[in-house]
Amino acid sequence: MSALRIKKGSTSHSAYNLRPNFSEEVERHTLAVLVENEPGVLARVIGLFSGRGYNIESLTVAEVDHEGHLSRITIVTTGTPQVIAQIRAQLGRIVSVRDVHDLTAEGPAVERELALLKVAGTGDARIEALRLAEIFRANVVDSTLESFVFEITGPSDKIDAFAELMRPLGLLETARTGVAALSRGTE
Amino acid sequence: MTRQMTGAKMVVQALKDQGVDTVFGYPGGAVLPIYDEIFQQNDIKHVLVRHEQGAIHAAEGYARSTGKPGVALVTSGPGATNAVTGLTDALMDSIPIVVFSGQVPTFMIGSDAFQEADTVGITRPCTKHNWLVKETDTLSSTIHEAFHVATSGRPGPVLVDIPKDVQFATGTYAEKTKRKSHYQPQVKGDIDAITDLVKAMEKAKRPVFYTGGGVINSGTAASQLLRELVEATGFPITSTLMGLGAYPASGDKWLGMLGMHGLYEANMAMHDCDLLINIGARFDDRITGLISEFSPKSKKAHIDIDASSINKVIHVDIPILGDVAHVLEDLLKIWKSRGRVTDKENLAKWWAKINEWKTVECLNYRNSDTVIKPQYALQRLEALTKDRDRYITTEVGQHQMWAAQFLGFEDPNRWMTSGGLGTMGYGFPASIGVQLAHPDALVINVAGEASWLMNMQELGTAIQYRLP
Ligand SMILES: Cc1cc2nc3c(=O)[nH]c(=O)nc-3n(C[C@H](O)[C@H](O)[C@H](O)COP(=O)(O)OP(=O)(O)OC[C@H]3O[C@@H](n4cnc5c(N)ncnc54)[C@H](O)[C@@H]3O)c2cc1C
Repeated sequence: MSALRIKKGSTSHSAYNLRPNFSEEVERHTLAVLVENEPGVLARVIGLFSGRGYNIESLTVAEVDHEGHLSRITIVTTGTPQVIAQIRAQLGRIVSVRDVHDLTAEGPAVERELALLKVAGTGDARIEALRLAEIFRANVVDSTLESFVFEITGPSDKIDAFAELMRPLGLLETARTGVAALSRGTE
Repeated sequence: MTRQMTGAKMVVQALKDQGVDTVFGYPGGAVLPIYDEIFQQNDIKHVLVRHEQGAIHAAEGYARSTGKPGVALVTSGPGATNAVTGLTDALMDSIPIVVFSGQVPTFMIGSDAFQEADTVGITRPCTKHNWLVKETDTLSSTIHEAFHVATSGRPGPVLVDIPKDVQFATGTYAEKTKRKSHYQPQVKGDIDAITDLVKAMEKAKRPVFYTGGGVINSGTAASQLLRELVEATGFPITSTLMGLGAYPASGDKWLGMLGMHGLYEANMAMHDCDLLINIGARFDDRITGLISEFSPKSKKAHIDIDASSINKVIHVDIPILGDVAHVLEDLLKIWKSRGRVTDKENLAKWWAKINEWKTVECLNYRNSDTVIKPQYALQRLEALTKDRDRYITTEVGQHQMWAAQFLGFEDPNRWMTSGGLGTMGYGFPASIGVQLAHPDALVINVAGEASWLMNMQELGTAIQYRLP
């Protein structure tokens, strides 16, 4: 999903340069958002990102507490530190949001993603694909004489790397779940 | 004891339990069951507007002038879409209103039924929160929650969308007292942060209070505490358009409004100060102008109940998350207990500087003996009405700025204007809401000839209810 892209400095000659002068350095943060599992709650969160021009790199959502009626949304976003702080504050004021955690800021966290990749090929390419899958600990979950579907879990960059290697070997289709994340330790 | 009743009756019962005395509305097919219930009782007065936008602005005027939530009732489809401008206006200006909309029956939702619109979808970004109620059993608790959300924390508009079959069906009424909400914004400020601000105040050579709509939102106690704080410290005070009246215009620490259309002395004080204390204002672009040049020499503190208002535009050194009245109470206590210190010598120099700026008399204009200048008209209006029990509403534009500059506001909740959204057509219906809330008061809508046309159909409402 793309953010509003306004050319930097485009109003800098105006007496009303309204661009905030915070740090320009863009960071990548993973946010865990605990929400009441009610209709429209995902639309509220996504609408906030599109309406205010924030980035979404990945978003996953599922119910995590059936009794308590709570879902967990994991969002990977990018922005300057000020934008990230705004995103947290804006999420926090949505009435059906119970809790917002910036996993990137709050200390070490584990991040995992699952992907399915369909690779078609014969001969050497097919053997090479299978060999690489082994190295990456990807499982074969479907196979024909001319194709495999691999299942791989790991941090996003591991999946990126695997997909990159599969491309010349006949990668046809990819499905990714987006990131799920938890902080490390007892907290 | 549980009470069984229809959804339509629940709406009226919940309004009574919430202390509502006036509802602004316009009937239509999808809300007829509720209208039938309203018709059969006398506790709640229904005011028939001529357009749904008028209903929302009237509810806003009612809310801003009483400090209580305003209530409106509209039908499905076009009734709800006509409410969108008013809802956005209330969201931008933090006005607590509760809007009820009718919806097609649940079994017809999504079928492009007659007068169907995705009301919760359309109003999601322009309400603080909204609900589509699909079961009569949850209707009354949702309404109580709606009032709670509209009035707690940073106030704002909420909408409850009620399908017609839910209005007809019978369910259990949930009493107001039984419910507990998860939505509990923090009102007490962090004591360490407040103490930091007190220390900065003790050392400040050129301090200024920059106050806003949040002081009005916080209630009359907040204005009272603000006045006490200003008198006790002797610091100068300016306010945004939305905060006028929190500190009296006749007060000797008053610099007038700040910002693009604000007074020279107020803007100069903001620019040259060494301590800027923002109380319930949001560094709007009409205030800051060029961000990199905004108040470049100052340490900045910001008291706000909404974390997203803090550090949104301007980086602040002392952020204090909390309700104005709660924070000011603690601030005063701490400042007094530490010996009521201010740098009197430098403060006197600062005031000398400010008084120099005041001699510019930036509001001066050349009067005419052939035409009535708008500024002169407003000065006359001020002279003739300032001692009356007076409420002012405005439309949007130049006349609005002249009204802000030339009228003096002595108390909070006396000034109703569309600041954030800048909605032309706001003032006249808002004045109807104000007049209904204060039947004996003098209510004046200052209007330009174009804004006025935008909701002039409400003349019918004003005449029907003999307002004034
Ligand atoms: C034609 C036109 C010209 C304008 N020119 C000017 C101008 O020259 N000068 C000017 O000042 N304005 C001007 N405005 C208005 C301007 O657009 C903004 O609406 C206004 O400045 C915002 O006021 P505010 O900062 O007080 O914030 P508000 O919109 O009133 O927001 C209130 C702030 O207080 C917080 N708050 C709410 N409740 C509480 C509470 N209980 N405790 C603590 N905090 C709370 C909120 O979170 C929010 O941050 C103009 C508008 C128009 C239409």
